[in-house]
Formats: sequence, C-alpha cells, structure tokens
Amino acid sequence: MKKSVKEALKDSLMIMPGYIVLGIGFGVLMKSKGFGLLHSFLMAVFIYAGSMQYVGVELLALPAGYLNVFLMTLTVNIRHLFYGIGMLSRYKALKRHKIYDIFALTDETFSVVCSKNMKGLNREDYYFFLSLFDHLYWITGCVLGSILGNILPVDLTGIEFSMTVLFLVIVIDQWEKNKDHLPVILSFAISIACLAYFGRDKFLMPCMVLIIAMLFVLRKIRGVLHE
Amino acid sequence: MNSYVLIAVMALTTIAIRFAPFLLFSKKTPPFILYLGSVLPYCTMAMLVVFCFRDTDTSSLYSCMPEILAGIYAILLQKWRHSSSLTIVSATVLYMLLVQRVYR
Repeated sequence: MKKSVKEALKDSLMIMPGYIVLGIGFGVLMKSKGFGLLHSFLMAVFIYAGSMQYVGVELLALPAGYLNVFLMTLTVNIRHLFYGIGMLSRYKALKRHKIYDIFALTDETFSVVCSKNMKGLNREDYYFFLSLFDHLYWITGCVLGSILGNILPVDLTGIEFSMTVLFLVIVIDQWEKNKDHLPVILSFAISIACLAYFGRDKFLMPCMVLIIAMLFVLRKIRGVLHE
Repeated sequence: MNSYVLIAVMALTTIAIRFAPFLLFSKKTPPFILYLGSVLPYCTMAMLVVFCFRDTDTSSLYSCMPEILAGIYAILLQKWRHSSSLTIVSATVLYMLLVQRVYR
C-alpha cells in the first residue's frame, strides 16, 4: 500500500504544476465572465476535463443551447474513447475504485498510467491515488483561480506548454521501450495531415477514424505476411 | 439555473464517453478491440502531441519558433537525461521565456 501510494504521489508531481496553473487560468476566465466559485468548483469536480472546461466557459457565457453543448462536448472529448479502449485490460479487473478510476481518466492521467511499469506495485492503490491526486490538483487550481480572480502578480503566459512536454516525454519513453514504431509514425502523419486539412476544431474525429482504419489495414497486411 | 443544467450536460456527456468502452467491451472483448487496446495507447500519444500544437501559429517560421525551439530542447534533454520532471519544468520555463520575452 505505502509504496504504491508514494509512487503515485511521485508520478502525480509531474502533472501538478500544469494542473494547478491551468486550473487557475480556468477559474480566472470563469470569473471574468461572471461565474463564481460554485460554478468553477462543480465543473472541476464533475467535468474534470481541461480543454472542455475552457470551451465550457464560452458555452455558459453565451449561453448555448442544450443540443449544441452536447455536440460540442462530444467533439472535444471524443478522444477519451481511445483512453478507455487502451485501459480496458488494465482497468477491467479492478475490484475497488474502478468507477472512480474510469471517471477520472484524463489525458494526463492516461498518459502516465499507459506507460507505467507496474512491477512491484499494487494496481488498485496506484491507479486510484494517481487519479485522486491529479483530480485534487485540478480542483485546487480551479478554486484558487476563482478566488484570486485577476490579481495574480506573475505573467503565466505559456505555462500550458508543460502539458505538451509531458506528452512529448511519454512518446519518447514509449519509443524507446517499443520495437515496433510503424503504428506511431503513421499516427503522427495522420494527425498532422488531419490538423492541416480539417483545422484545429474539427480534426480529432476524422483523425481517430483514420488511425483505427490504419491499424486495421496494418494488422491485415501483417497477418497476411505472417502466413 | 440554466448554467447548472449546461454544466450537467457537459459532465454527463464526458462521463458517458469515458465509460462507453468499458460498458461496451467489458463482458467479451472482440479480438480487434483487444488489438486496439494494445497499440492505441502508443498511437494516441502521437495524436495528443499534435493536438497540443493545434494553436501554434504556422503562418511564418518566426511565429512558431518558441514551439520549435522548446520542443527540440525537450526531446534532446529527455533523450540525454531521461528525467521527466527535469524536462517538463525546464522546457516549460524556456517556452515561457521565449513567448514572453523573445518572440512577442
């Protein structure tokens, strides 16, 4: 128990600065649109998805219609389907906290969990405490931002890059651990092509479809080559 | 009141997406989904990295220099030291200096 919790705390520290600061940014933005502590807190606890919450501020401010809000959430968060599929084998057999672990599977928690070497660790404790610590950082950030409003003395422009670096670091580590690089190279190519062609707001959905299609074809071709 | 309903719509939709794979495939998992489960974590990270660069201004080389420089720095440092925390903190500070002081 102790070792797994310690390890979860250690790994969660990579996520903490980004979550606290991006959370503060969210709280400040909410405040500037006239939404106070309770709104920010509820969104941090129950939505718990960074980019969606930022989009959500605009949707609340409009305010947008229910159907539009639903479709927007679907578009922004559909990538989470991939995380669930990637975690099926790891999360399926959990006895305790399974519901919470699935609920709290964000981009960042996923990226840490999916590349973690679990040797000597208690899965139940590690997954749960990593998810919980990350969630608490995020809630703390959102609440702080809402309380502080615009009185922060330091310019935090560019802090969001910490999440980019986190993902880059994980890709590099995965690259070194895996022998088969073709799927990830093709995924990069597809993602860049989709971003260029469909634009920033619409590229995720076609990108996911194409990645699945690519993996399907790759498996077929390799299956044939194997026989 | 309306804003609380909108928050609930966002929360429930997000929760539904997060639970969908487990509800659909938990009992018996088709072989193709099992295969996806083994390769997707790796492929998804590639998509996520590109997703993070979606707001990069690519209209000129100058405008995307902070991303290029800090990105290359992060890759090289990680390859060299293999310390994730060191890479994340120092590359972020470098990027912040670049966007705030150098390439304004």
